[in-house]
Amino acid sequence: MEKRVTFRGVMLPLLLIAPQVFISAVFFFYPAGQAIWQSLFIPDPFGLSNQFVGTGNFEFLFGDRHYRSSFYSTAIFSILVTLASMIPALFLAVLADRLIKGSGAYRTLLIWPYAVAPAVAGVLWMFMFNTRVGVVSWYLGQLGYDWNHVLNGSEAMGLVVAASAWGRISYNFLFFFAALQAVPRSVIEAAAIDGARFWRRFFTIVLPLLSPTTFFLLVVNVVYSFFETFGVIHTITAGGPQQATTILVYKVYADGFVGQDLGSSAAQSVILLLIVGLLTVLQFKFIEKRVHY
Amino acid sequence: MATVTLKNLRKSFGSDDVIHGIDMEISDGEFIVIVGPSGCGKSTLLRMVAGLETVTEGEVLINGERANEKEPMDRDIAMVFQNYALYPHMSVAQNMGYGLKIAGMPKQEIAAKVEAAAHLLQLDGLLDRRPKQLSGGQRQRVAMGRAIVREPSVFLFDEPLSNLDAKLRVQMRLEIKELQSKLGVTALYVTHDQVEAMTMADRMIVMNAGVAEQIGTPMEVYETPQSLFAAQFIGSPAMNVLDAQIADGRVMLGDVAVCDSDQRAGPVKLGLRPEHVAPDPQGPLAMEVLLSEPLGANTLLHGRLAGTEIAFTASLQGVHLANHDGEAMRFGVDPVDCHLFDPETGHRL
Repeated sequence: MEKRVTFRGVMLPLLLIAPQVFISAVFFFYPAGQAIWQSLFIPDPFGLSNQFVGTGNFEFLFGDRHYRSSFYSTAIFSILVTLASMIPALFLAVLADRLIKGSGAYRTLLIWPYAVAPAVAGVLWMFMFNTRVGVVSWYLGQLGYDWNHVLNGSEAMGLVVAASAWGRISYNFLFFFAALQAVPRSVIEAAAIDGARFWRRFFTIVLPLLSPTTFFLLVVNVVYSFFETFGVIHTITAGGPQQATTILVYKVYADGFVGQDLGSSAAQSVILLLIVGLLTVLQFKFIEKRVHY
Repeated sequence: MATVTLKNLRKSFGSDDVIHGIDMEISDGEFIVIVGPSGCGKSTLLRMVAGLETVTEGEVLINGERANEKEPMDRDIAMVFQNYALYPHMSVAQNMGYGLKIAGMPKQEIAAKVEAAAHLLQLDGLLDRRPKQLSGGQRQRVAMGRAIVREPSVFLFDEPLSNLDAKLRVQMRLEIKELQSKLGVTALYVTHDQVEAMTMADRMIVMNAGVAEQIGTPMEVYETPQSLFAAQFIGSPAMNVLDAQIADGRVMLGDVAVCDSDQRAGPVKLGLRPEHVAPDPQGPLAMEVLLSEPLGANTLLHGRLAGTEIAFTASLQGVHLANHDGEAMRFGVDPVDCHLFDPETGHRL
């Protein structure tokens, strides 16, 4: 029973959607169009003229070892960020769900990290793990481990993953917690009587009932790790060492604004655009199927 | 097959006592109905037997063995929930076989048992459906099937029929009773519906505010209610309860003697079931009829005792349309149908 508002004229509805259309046009359609257009050209070193190259930029990119390795780091990075932000979130939500008293306080405290801006979170983690003054790296040193994410690519990757996932745990926790609360108690009790102990119940009953939420979070987190982790990477590693943490989005920035290769940068953002589109289509297809189960 | 014993069973939530000591011996194969108004603790009592609530004090014995500390799964019980509690992501067959799968039974055996139970419950052909695709009655049967396949010693039912429509409820009531006696499994059945209690129970526990008001067969409870609460809760329409006096071995309603009593003189509560009074021009009860409800087989007359504000209901056999507003009728009552209760304690005298 959807309530629909009917307008008599055409002007008022147009006027009402105008701000949204305007914002989308200015900040999305126009730049996207520009990117597609620009990806077909190579500008000269001084930015004074453009030479049409067709799909040349794309051909170059797919032949480029660094670009392929950036795909690889992006895949690793997004898988790790998604796992590192979803599994602890689910675990915390399960614990908070079992609490009778004080779950409100835990909930509030667990949500806080989400309010920290990515760049700030990045700086925070950078200081903690700073190779000279960082608290954590000092303790690791005491334990005999020589932490140096400035030189070690895997350590750098680990650090940006941790910093990116940290704030995200809060967001995922909220969704998992709400979904857990929606699982009917009697279904859990029925499973307990059927002989399933806690973890068995969790894996055979609770987790399947959470699947719409889990899938939604999976897609949202993958998109997040693809596109919204720029601030964290920029503040902590700036894509280094040796491009170990240069994910696709960072490479768009590095090639376009630092390397001034606007054609290649535009081509990369077009590829990213296609990836977002693909992910969005996947998400909608799946959610439409899952929601009515 | 099993016996269940409750020994001074108590339950408190913090300082809030919800069950005040219940003692009962349930023999093998008995169908026990726990009946009472909502909030009386009947579901809590059942959940304590199931192991879904901890026992504050007292003991639950299943087959003579203390079960207080046992997990629900180790008690050899099966439970049917009010909302059925089916696993929404599993098919009917998977729902029924879940417990067996966890017990590690081989696949073929599970399939055979599930099929047999489905056949018993007329669920053949629905085994591949999801709970969402079933009607209320079918879901109810699946929940029953899930309980049956595990061959438990005790069935626990928590208001299993309250989500069904009236017609289906009558049908399922008979089916559950029939199934239980066919399988010979001890059953505890919680309901707020006194008709279910009367028709299904071998014995019933009438509960009120955490206390077992009476434990007995339906006819015992109906014929000799041990408390005012049991008297008014069981039987439909509810028993009339009137303030009366005992004087000179007679129960006096105002200055009219209704029946004899050898109890000591003083105030008393007189209980008269509507269906136990009969029209009698010389009868001691004068009633002003305000409303009549012809139900077909019988007619309910609602009104008050003549000259008072005391409400009174009579149920007469057959159709009586002749009564008009304000018309007076006289009723007589068989002395054996007079129930006397202590006005202080509510206990039967």
